This record gives sequence, C-alpha cells and structure tokens, in this order.
Amino acid sequence: MTASPVVDIALFAAKLGMVFFVILTLAAYLVFAERRLLARIQDRRGPNRVGPAGLLQPLADLIKLLTKEDFIPAAADRWLFLLAPAMAAVPAILTFAVIPFGAPVTIAGHEVPLLIVDLNVGLLFFLALSSIAVYGVAIGGWASNSKYSLLGGIRGLAQLISYELSMGLSLVPVVMLARSFSLTAIVDAQRAIPFIVYQPLAFIIFLISITAECKRIPFDIPEAEGELVAGFHTEYSGMRFGLFFVGEYINIIVLGGLAATFFLGGWHGPFLPPLVWFTLKTLAFAFFFIWTRGTLPRLRYDQLMHLGWKVLTPLALLNILVTGWWLALTS
Amino acid sequence: MSIADDIKAIAGGFGVTLRHMLRRPVTIQYPEEKRVPYPRFRARIVLTRDPDGGERCVACYLCSAACPVDCLSMEAAEQADGRRYAAWFRINFSRCIFCGLCAEACPTLAIQMTPDYEICKRDIMELVYEKEDLLIDGCGKDSSYNFYRHAGIDVTQPRGEGLEETPPVDVRSLMP
Repeated sequence: MTASPVVDIALFAAKLGMVFFVILTLAAYLVFAERRLLARIQDRRGPNRVGPAGLLQPLADLIKLLTKEDFIPAAADRWLFLLAPAMAAVPAILTFAVIPFGAPVTIAGHEVPLLIVDLNVGLLFFLALSSIAVYGVAIGGWASNSKYSLLGGIRGLAQLISYELSMGLSLVPVVMLARSFSLTAIVDAQRAIPFIVYQPLAFIIFLISITAECKRIPFDIPEAEGELVAGFHTEYSGMRFGLFFVGEYINIIVLGGLAATFFLGGWHGPFLPPLVWFTLKTLAFAFFFIWTRGTLPRLRYDQLMHLGWKVLTPLALLNILVTGWWLALTS
Repeated sequence: MSIADDIKAIAGGFGVTLRHMLRRPVTIQYPEEKRVPYPRFRARIVLTRDPDGGERCVACYLCSAACPVDCLSMEAAEQADGRRYAAWFRINFSRCIFCGLCAEACPTLAIQMTPDYEICKRDIMELVYEKEDLLIDGCGKDSSYNFYRHAGIDVTQPRGEGLEETPPVDVRSLMP
C-alpha cells in the first residue's frame, strides 16, 4: 500500500478541526450544564429561557461577551494584559493534544490514531503545560495593576506550588505501573484492569490536585469572589474575560479526560464504543466538579498550603514507596 | 478518628446536594405560572366606595401623614351638603413601599390594599396614579361599612339617626 501524504495531512487537519470544535462546544455547554446543575442543587431551575430548555444560552452568552466593551485599565501593562487570557486558555487546549480519546480507526485505508500527537513523554508534557497555565493567572493579575488582581495572581502562584508537587507525585505510580510516559501506553496498560483498582490513593490525590489545578471551588482562592471581587480577572471584560472563563472549562474537560486516561482506563470499556466510553468518563469528572462546587465551601489560603504540603505530598511519596516495593516483590 | 469523622461529614454534604439535585425545583415560572397571593397581600392601593356608592374618602390627610415615603397627596374639598371629599388624590407607586400604613390609618376604610402585584410600567410617570385610576366601584374588604352612617351628623342624617346611635336626650323633659 502506498502512503499518500495528502490524505494523511487532510485527515490530520480534519481531526484537529474536530477536536477544536468539540472541545470548545463542550466547554460552552459545560458552562450551561454547570448553571443548570447548580441551580438544581439550590432548588432552582437555572437558565431555561433561551431556546428549548435554555439550550441556546451559551450562544446568547457568546454574543453578549463579544459585543461588550473590551476595557483596558489606564494603568495596566497593556501588552501583558492583552496576552494573559490567551496564556490561560491555550495551555489548557494544548494539553488535549496528548490525550488518546478513542481506539485507532481506519478511514480509506489509512489508520488514524484518535489522538493528536503520541508523545513518548506525554505525561511530562501535561505537567509542563499545567505549570505554564498558571502564568496566565499570574500575568493577568500583575498586568491589571489592581490590588485584587495582584492578590489573585499571587494566590494562583502560591496554589500552584502547593498542589503541583502532589499532582506530579501522584502520577509516578501510574508511570511505574505502565512503564511508560506515553499516554497511549498508559491506556494500553489498563486494558484489563484500570489503575484506580491498584492506586486508589493516587487517584484521590490526583483528583484533589486537579480540582486545585482548574481552580474549582474548594480551591478557587485565586478568584475568591467573596474576598477579591473576582481575583485575577477582576479588571477583564468582554471576550477577554470570556477566554479566562472558557479556559477554565476547557481545563475541566482536559483534566477530566486525563484523570480518565490515567486511572479509569481511558477509552477502554465494555459494550460501548471507545469514543463514547471516553466521553462518559470525562463528563463524569465534569459532573463531579460541578457537584463539588455545589457542596463544599472555599478553603482558606493556608488550609490549601497545609493540605498540599503536609498531607497530599507525604501521602503521595509514601504511595510511591509502597508501589515500588510491591512491584519489586511481584516482578 | 477525626479524619473518619471529616470524611463522613464531607460525604454527608455530597449526599445532601445530590438529594436536592433530584428534588423538584421550587421556582415558580413567573409569566407562565403565577402564584395566587393571599387575600391580605399588600400590593396596588385602591380607593373604595361605601355601600351606597358614595366615595368613602373624606380627605382627612391621615394616610399621607402616615406614609413613610410621602407618596400620597391630595386636596380636600367639600360638597354643598358638607360632605368632604378629595378634589384630587394621587399615589406615586414608584415611591410606594407597600407597607400598608395608609390603609391602617384610614378611619373610613377608603384606602385599601389589593393583592394585584403586577403593576410594572415602561414609563415611570405611568406609575403616578390619579384619583380616577384609584377609585373603584366597590366596597373592598368591609362591604357593609359606611362611615357617614356612623359619624355623618348633620351631613347625611340629623343628630340621633345614625347607626348605633341613640336619639339625643331632651334635657328639659328629663326629670328624675
């Protein structure tokens, strides 16, 4: 069979476009789903006026954000201010490049792997990008030249160093079990039994850490609307605020997908097609995040530090030791 | 032990939110569904008439004195038979706080609150109700009360002919 690069490139571009479209649409509808679910938790109905059952609400929100004034404070650091929202949203969507979201399919004689790039250091790529994502928060907070934004940015950075370590360490046992940094290999290693069975502790640590990573409610201290107005995005308006917002929800989808990949066996699952399994698992995590938001109050700044440094990190280290010991015994 | 308690408490919280998620929302979908207000609900103010069809209001200014936001104003006038009435009567519903003090102050039960709460207007000036907007052809809550039957001496009836009133005693013929 002769490989024709044109078809390959076309398929790749189509895949890229699909992923972009699906992720952005899903993020927009996740906002809607969150508003509806939170409303139900609070015995309300939520937005149900725009379109049938409120399904066109994301579109209305988009139009509203796009037509609003794009305000830049007079004392702001102009270029950093304009750059920061993109720096928050782009790493989130880039991370999805390494997530395998389905079994490879064959289209017109070409085998198409259902992921964008199969990096052999996919896991490190994710850790690197999640560290970069906080620059959007920090720079946005700095460039706004407002005390609330600055405090939000500082909190974002302080939060990063407290959970990033435990997040990275909680993934080490996954790598030890799969013997690879590639996410495809990690998914393949869970063909029979997902890693959550072997690593429940690592799963819980990872779940808590990704909640902090996407700045969701028990750990939303960079935003903390009760204390800091809106934290790092206080001074943002219009679509720049929208980018921060959408970035947060893309982050939820991507981190949910990663949690599914690392611990729940990715797209593996009985009866249903792989793509459906992956979507279900990802959305289950999204639902869990929304549920958490409706349940838990915000932690204090020092409580997060305490949790990250004194509880999660030692536990993750212990988990690595036990896993290594167990692997040495069984091999 | 305390960690177990903490986990139990957090799980309990998750359970509560999940239960509420499955419960029917309490929201009333306003334009389609309307709640039925209680009979004594305090909303749009009306001026009522007595059972004989005459205006109850005697323009005594007690309501405008009681009004904490000064949204009531009127001017008193007198008919040929001496019966008082309001030449004009105005309620500014954009200021009204629906506290009901005017209705409580009213000695003739003329000013009353109704449960009609849907009085939104596009133009704020339309919320200034004049006497003809306020006056209704009915008695409101106390359908049998007629102020002048009790107190309208020399206006609607001579002395001694009102309700619950005994005729005046003729002191010259009153002997022990």
